[in-house]
Amino acid sequence: MSRIAERFASLRKSARKALIPYITAGDPSPQMTVPLLHALVEAGADIIELGVPFSDPMADGPVIQRSGERALKHGVGLKDVLGMGREFRTRDGATPLVLMGYANPIEAMGTRVFLDRARSAGVDGVIVVDYPPEECTEFAALAKEAGIDPIFLLAPTSTEKRIDEVARCGSGYLYYVSLRGVTGAAHLDLSEVSKKIPQIRAATRLPIGVGFGIRDAESARRVAETADAVVIGSRLIQEIEAGAPADAVARVKSFLRPIRKALDS
Amino acid sequence: MRMYDLPDERGHFGPYGGVFVAETLSQALEELRAAYAVARNDPQFEAEFRYELKHYVGRPSPIYHAKRLSERCGGAQIYIKREDLNHTGAHKINNTIGQALLARRMGKPRVIAETGAGMHGVATATVAARYGMQCVVYMGSEDVKRQAQNVYRMKLLGASVVPVESGSRTLKDALNEAMRDWVTNVERTFYIIGTVAGPHPYPMMVRDFQAVIGEECLVQMQEQAARQPDAVIACVGGGSNAMGIFYPYLKSATRLVGVEAAGEGLASGKHAASLCAGRPGVLHGNRTYLLQDANGQITETHSISAGLDYPGVGPEHAWLKDSGRAEYVAVTDEEALAAFHELCRHEGIIPALESAHAVAQAMKMARGMAKDAILLVNLSGRGDKDMHTVAERSGLKF
Repeated sequence: MSRIAERFASLRKSARKALIPYITAGDPSPQMTVPLLHALVEAGADIIELGVPFSDPMADGPVIQRSGERALKHGVGLKDVLGMGREFRTRDGATPLVLMGYANPIEAMGTRVFLDRARSAGVDGVIVVDYPPEECTEFAALAKEAGIDPIFLLAPTSTEKRIDEVARCGSGYLYYVSLRGVTGAAHLDLSEVSKKIPQIRAATRLPIGVGFGIRDAESARRVAETADAVVIGSRLIQEIEAGAPADAVARVKSFLRPIRKALDS
Repeated sequence: MRMYDLPDERGHFGPYGGVFVAETLSQALEELRAAYAVARNDPQFEAEFRYELKHYVGRPSPIYHAKRLSERCGGAQIYIKREDLNHTGAHKINNTIGQALLARRMGKPRVIAETGAGMHGVATATVAARYGMQCVVYMGSEDVKRQAQNVYRMKLLGASVVPVESGSRTLKDALNEAMRDWVTNVERTFYIIGTVAGPHPYPMMVRDFQAVIGEECLVQMQEQAARQPDAVIACVGGGSNAMGIFYPYLKSATRLVGVEAAGEGLASGKHAASLCAGRPGVLHGNRTYLLQDANGQITETHSISAGLDYPGVGPEHAWLKDSGRAEYVAVTDEEALAAFHELCRHEGIIPALESAHAVAQAMKMARGMAKDAILLVNLSGRGDKDMHTVAERSGLKF
């Protein structure tokens, strides 16, 4: 069983929901990433999504784009991100690590090379934002072969046919993007979420994570009423950029803890 | 006019093209594909489109035998397809009319666009005014500075122009921002992409709308020279004017030559020649040749002409390059400027700096050819927008 599947199985046993924070690798600086990853775990993260910076992050809003630009200023590339994953693994053998990014850096490295290196770095899953299922049948199969879960996005606009396709190609979990827009947009339509999730459940036994638009303990708690996992990205990055980089670890922890508490209550 | 059956159903030209977008956009593209598939085979849509091209754009645009320029080169006869004489001064309007008609059919009251030099933005603002649609144009803040007059033109036409401050603040960043707008407002918004790039069906759709250029050439060359040209030459940024003139010639024996921007020279790294100096990757919804670094980050480009300043290129050009049906070369800023002045002084035509790249290539080729050889250049736009750039290069200021 993969680390991700194990984690969801043990959460289910204790009737808890997964908290999945997202940060961009290399933001605010490459040295900060591994300490931040450990801090996320200490504050209650069950799985971590680590963003791979890309020059043209089409699906991201201004907050995540800014974090990517800060990382790119430090020259952080996919190779460095894999190095950070490897370093994280030396102290944490249990928390699943998912890389999230765009296709081009992966293709530039070479798909097979990337998957090999990711596996040996201890990466458990990968979300390639601009790889819809119909463009990456081969990639998804290779990833599964390498023991890495290919994780796909679903949107409010996804049709039944798309949900089936994604359910067939994906593993680990499905990532439901809870609003029409880019990451970090302001509004979250909870009624839309609770309407769509049963529809997705009908097509798959994979756990369902919900992200895009979750900003605080209350919205996280309400999303967790129907979802298996709650993803928090932009709001967390705002904490990172809100003050001195040296205190980012403390800020991230105190932001995440109440959300963990709300999910467990 | 269908010359071959590419792209396939999912928008692939061999290994290129496709639909590489986030799930949030998939449904919007599906809707667009379905709507265009119907419109493409609807004689009424075709009739509407042709009517607008004739009465609003002023088509057909003439082909002109540039005798004095040909004489100066001392070789092949150079003919010029005058897309600069279209309403709004470039080929861009052919496509914006087609897409605006489609938007109207789909019941979308709002259109958005990205623009580099501003020509596509102006062409979009124009059709939005023509059809009574709300219009928002995204433009890199660097380009806003370089093309202040076009910004003002768009505003006069009733569009809002949003300067984009992210990334390199040029065309690619404007495209990212327009995509974001589309994802957010997809229900009432139609995204009018200005070139043969982006996710399927855009590369095919824009090519189809621009193919009127080459279709007219087939008839006009026969009338004027009693034969087709030995080569057709067009500049390539995203590649819409080139695709428009190439497409009807694909099955002929005519050489097809695409001219990229070599900027300060391919060796300098300061250029925008993705086919000549890039390698395949995924950007803006399709797989194509890209200018990128070893980490797969898209690199900043340079060209004297904002319209060629793009790190990717339409996927059909990538396919035509690999298959050998078209050849791609690059022309520097200096060469383009020299050709710009030649055409001004000896033919009384002020070309867009983009188009001047194609003229420069034609002059190079003509010199080595027989006097009865024929070259056809697509003069994709007029140069009024470039007065500041050219004057500054000559050390003048207005």
